[in-house]
Amino acid sequence: MTTTMAQALNAALRDALKDDDRVLVFGEDVGTLGGVFRVTDGITADFGEDRCFDTPLAESGIVGFALGMAMGGFRPVVEMQFDAFAYPAFEQITSHVAKLRNRTRGALEVPMVIRVPYAGGIGGVEHHCDSSEAYYTHTPGLRVVTPGTAQDAYDLLRDAIESPDPVIFLEPKCRYWSSEEVTFTRTGAPMDRAVVRRPGKDVTLIAYGPMVATALETAEAAKDEGWDVEVVDLRSLSPFDDETVTASVRRTGRAVVVHEAAGFGGYGAEVVARVTEQCFHQLHAPVLRVTGLDIPYPAPKLERHMLPDVDRILDTIARLQWDDTPVVAGA
Amino acid sequence: MAAETLLPSAAPVRFVAEDGSRADRGGEYGEPAEARLKEAYRLMVLGRRFDVQATALTKQGRLAVYPSSAGQEACQVAAALALEANDWLFPTYRDSVALVARGLKPGEVLTLLRGDAHCGYNPVETRVAPQCTPLATQTLHAAGLAHAMQRRGEDAVALALIGDGATSEGDFHEALNFAAVFKAPVVFFVQNNRFAISVPFEKQSAAEALAYKGIGYGMRSEQVDGNDAVAVLAVLDDAVKHAREGKGPVLVEAHTYRIDAHTNADDATRYRDAGEVAKWREADPLKRLETYLKSRESLTDSEIEQFAADAEVYAQSVRDTLNAEPELDPLSLFDHVYAEPTRQLAAQRAALAAELEA
Repeated sequence: MTTTMAQALNAALRDALKDDDRVLVFGEDVGTLGGVFRVTDGITADFGEDRCFDTPLAESGIVGFALGMAMGGFRPVVEMQFDAFAYPAFEQITSHVAKLRNRTRGALEVPMVIRVPYAGGIGGVEHHCDSSEAYYTHTPGLRVVTPGTAQDAYDLLRDAIESPDPVIFLEPKCRYWSSEEVTFTRTGAPMDRAVVRRPGKDVTLIAYGPMVATALETAEAAKDEGWDVEVVDLRSLSPFDDETVTASVRRTGRAVVVHEAAGFGGYGAEVVARVTEQCFHQLHAPVLRVTGLDIPYPAPKLERHMLPDVDRILDTIARLQWDDTPVVAGA
Repeated sequence: MAAETLLPSAAPVRFVAEDGSRADRGGEYGEPAEARLKEAYRLMVLGRRFDVQATALTKQGRLAVYPSSAGQEACQVAAALALEANDWLFPTYRDSVALVARGLKPGEVLTLLRGDAHCGYNPVETRVAPQCTPLATQTLHAAGLAHAMQRRGEDAVALALIGDGATSEGDFHEALNFAAVFKAPVVFFVQNNRFAISVPFEKQSAAEALAYKGIGYGMRSEQVDGNDAVAVLAVLDDAVKHAREGKGPVLVEAHTYRIDAHTNADDATRYRDAGEVAKWREADPLKRLETYLKSRESLTDSEIEQFAADAEVYAQSVRDTLNAEPELDPLSLFDHVYAEPTRQLAAQRAALAAELEA
């Protein structure tokens, strides 16, 4: 059936709650209101306040309390409401959620999911549109995943809830309302695998989350330029699926990494490094990045200048040494 | 709940005066049974000897660091004694003596401080969470776990130990609020030992007593003389009972003093005067309980000698344990990062294994 990403996430939560009594959904406004993005819409009404409930407004409290509940045998799925509001919980996430299994040499595990609506493109005001993936992917012990499609939103959230490891689940806000055909039985790759969303021969676009759709649009537009573009959707940012990505780049010989977050010290740098290390002899050009600017997330009326779009990605593909023209390094 | 029922007593609860005579500030609390007090005394003797031994081991380089809890033995031992086997204790780095009193082996208690592993015991079997180094973060875990146990119908309580400095952290306040809203069976036990490393209590909080902080969260609170083991045990017994009966969380502040420096690496003479320390040495919780029990003929000289001799044997076992250097497996670095090693970790493990063989 045709479903939005928000509805697919809602269905995943419902199916998980049905299948496993240990699953609980909580956070600020997730109960009666159904979440500010309505991802938890109707769940309290249908499953009762025991299974889906509102908490005091305190992100560190929500995550630390959830960790205690995970110690006590539950599988909490908590919502951070907005990316930049999750930072008070950062200590709990990095010092405790990520490390408890390791600190206790496997005696305790933290099977919990921290849902973070992230990234921009929705005209949100200050502190509502950060791309915070690099903070989380830099932390061993966490899994970090992000769906680029509604089907993946369902599949990945089901997988994340069943994972024995803690998962940072990054939901691309700008895709919440985009509809597509979704099957509510898992159809996708396992949670730690990337997928080729669109095959192509000339260049690999490596994207994730909100940029998957943009990359696919770019691939269509690139046909006019004579480029056959392959799109790889990472899905799992940590762990990284080297095999799928390098297999694609070895086929095409060219690669561009696309993300919304600032480029400097960003996630794309890791991808470029890994691809270069493993595919050097197959590469016809340096691996390039199209990222957000190295600025604080801008005010809504200016955000279109920050976000990578089809034109900027096409311009970057053009710089991939198709002839003897030297590559112009990023400004 | 009416505000007045949440308020702590006007002065800290006290059963025994500094000179070991019976004091009259026990309030509504019942005095713990003689056998419990004697057991508390035995464990305090053991705890003090352990503390002295661990401090000595830092000087020999056997321990990386040791934060002493000398002078806080009444709090340390009462925290352990107030709990049943199924209850959970959430200690900090300073609470090693509470772990000894809980029955953990010295090797298990000191693994963290020796630098062998982050947590030397199995938390599930011992029902002791890993000793927490960041301040107040574990109070939220205690609240969450307590709520989880209550939901599962387990008749168990969580007790979180924290110091005065930790009460300034946001997590402390979030934990109190969450626990109170969810009526979680958790006891927050603040050992106000007057210093957060070098910062005195007066610069930490403008509150007359930290126990007053509970009322803002709708939580029952109490303050107690932290160097009076009888009082601390009486108050904690009652707090645990209150939580276990589903009446909600309790905040208990014990007024005590850290006799030694923050750790062996700290120079406490830079920030406090010898006279103050000397005054608090006079308030020694061990001596106080000993005098009190002897005056009631609950404790004989031969028992005192026996407990001291047992503590010496224990100290020897601490030395023996710490002098044995267990072999650590470098490849264990890759264990327990994830449930199953990721492909990247498997590759790094193989690389280290090859390095070790080369």
